[in-house]
Amino acid sequence: MIEEREYDIVIVGSGAGGGTVAQELGVLARAGTRVLVVEQGPRLRDDEFTGREIDMANALYEDGGGFLTADGTMTLAFGRAYGGSTVVYTGTSLIAPERVIRRWHVPGLAHDDLERRSRKFMAQNNVHELTPELINDNNRLFVEGCRRSGWIARQFPLNLKGCRGSSLCNLGCPNAAKMGTHRVQLPNAESNGVDVVTRAEALEVGDHTVMVRVSARQQGEKGLPSEWLPGTYRIRAHLVVLAGGSIGTSALILRSPIARTIPHVGTGFTCHPAHILVAEHEHPITNDVGHPKSYYLDRAEDERFVLETCMYFPFITAKNMTGFGSSHSQFMRAFPRLQMILVLACDRATPKNRITVNAAGRPVVHYTFMPETIDGLVAGTRASTRIFFAAGAVRVHAPSADPPLIERRDAAQADALIDARHFLPGRISVSAAHLMGGCAMGQPHSAVTDSYGRVHGVPWLRIADASLFPDALEINPYLTIMALADRVAEAIRNDAGMLLGGRSALGNTASRPVSVHR
Amino acid sequence: MLYPAIGTRGTFASVLPPKLAPPLTRLHLTTLGMPRVELASVRHILRAIATTVVPESSSLDDRAWKDFEELISQALSGRDARVQRQLVVFLRLLQTLPVLRYGRKLTALHASQRSAFLESVERSRLLLVRRGLWGVRTLIFMGYYTRVDVAESIGYRANRDGWAARGGTVATVPLAPTLWVEP
Repeated sequence: MIEEREYDIVIVGSGAGGGTVAQELGVLARAGTRVLVVEQGPRLRDDEFTGREIDMANALYEDGGGFLTADGTMTLAFGRAYGGSTVVYTGTSLIAPERVIRRWHVPGLAHDDLERRSRKFMAQNNVHELTPELINDNNRLFVEGCRRSGWIARQFPLNLKGCRGSSLCNLGCPNAAKMGTHRVQLPNAESNGVDVVTRAEALEVGDHTVMVRVSARQQGEKGLPSEWLPGTYRIRAHLVVLAGGSIGTSALILRSPIARTIPHVGTGFTCHPAHILVAEHEHPITNDVGHPKSYYLDRAEDERFVLETCMYFPFITAKNMTGFGSSHSQFMRAFPRLQMILVLACDRATPKNRITVNAAGRPVVHYTFMPETIDGLVAGTRASTRIFFAAGAVRVHAPSADPPLIERRDAAQADALIDARHFLPGRISVSAAHLMGGCAMGQPHSAVTDSYGRVHGVPWLRIADASLFPDALEINPYLTIMALADRVAEAIRNDAGMLLGGRSALGNTASRPVSVHR
Repeated sequence: MLYPAIGTRGTFASVLPPKLAPPLTRLHLTTLGMPRVELASVRHILRAIATTVVPESSSLDDRAWKDFEELISQALSGRDARVQRQLVVFLRLLQTLPVLRYGRKLTALHASQRSAFLESVERSRLLLVRRGLWGVRTLIFMGYYTRVDVAESIGYRANRDGWAARGGTVATVPLAPTLWVEP
């Protein structure tokens, strides 16, 4: 049996995109417009964020964090919870580079507009730089290693409030200190009358309709039961906003009959493929305490890579090192002396890399490592190795070296040891968490939406997430997603009278302040 | 934000020919109860590989091995049934292949031979084989390194209380000596 529900606006997804749209439509909800957010993942209680690796991965990530590309050579990580991936990111808040937005060449999209909106959310999310006494050795060594190598590391602005330095950001902050949409925008939206239903998977999107399956909370599962009874629902709405992320939104459209009327969906997927590099020092350092990702080195424009500090958990660390056996174990036993750097390659949209769905409607991500992407990873690995040794490391684990362990005595030969010919997919670990593209903004003949997320040819359908990116952003994407979602919400408010069939008399509300309850 | 974790869905997705795969339907419209994957038949192979991948695992007691297998079984239980079968098939393949080179099965090899064999698999020219081993080692790392006692034994000390659990911020926790020593 299918339950029927009716709303004016349905938003699919509650992460950086969906959570932002929900908040920004709060003014409509307060005036009587019925707004609903459906989120596939659960809503966790604060005391359920334990920091335990396996528990939190299963609770907060799609496929427990183990979603693989079609050929099994890269792991894609994305959140599935009230707040989406904003629950599990590190809170790094960077404004989109002007050169990237110019290169995107999206008609009507200007960098200064994105910057203005980004700054609005930076203020709302308490974005700031950590003070020196909160920077751990793992980050200080990176800064010093960069300096000694002739580079200047820059500090990440972070959206934290009350950070205690648990270092567990990627497992969901156990101290409620990360200002993701689950802490800021969604509570604001709900206080204005927006409904949020969790454990609700969008199955199909049709003409002014979203089919949703609400699942029961299984015994032993984290999170609250759904706000709705388990079952299948047909939700009718004047307007549907898709914000399920690059993969989620693309797959939802592709498995729906409406896909026939929307060309180009699933194309242009990019993800900043990444290596986790590990180095061993002689002495213990503070690494698994303090914020893990406080500094970065941006070489995107010149060498197609970005380096970021990072600190992962034992299993993730073990998995991301190449090889096995005693040398691998020796590195793991040196955990208190480990320094880590994340190498992100700046990939480019290419016809080979795209999202499809299988016969079961599940997303399938086809990704081929292009030579330029491999070059970016290799260049980033060489730079990281230089930084590690400059900071005093005694040995470095470099995935694209063979053997991967490079001792300090061989530091001078590191550039020769690290080479693209050792990049062997399926042997070395590559992962990505910046999932972008699939429903790109642009002209109707080549893209899915305009610069306000309006789907070409489908007036009742909007998109508001990273799938809008026509190419890689080359920095951490959440703030840009929020800025784009803000534009989507503004367009909806502007069009409300027309879209909602007279239910809303608000008309242009873009200039009205949205109440914020914290 | 980066959490590259278990990596099991689809790891073995192409090891079996398509004709052995179950008929696919629009599963997203239904809820499937996935059976717990049965590892008993390949337990000896999995343990032999585990002790090669993580030599310290040879000191696990029976209870710890049971937990190890339970964790892997749980991780697989939510996945496509085809993936579960592919794991079992791949483990049996790893058990048999050494006969061609060493005249003995994997579990009968000396530790050094076993290690050499798995290293050759890791460098196979066939992507399917490489990624199969990558999946197995990932499961083994998951089964071993997510144990609380193991995390403690390697010195992992992350705590929700962060700096407070260490006695304060860097003002009171000594900085790494390497920060101040020219390499």
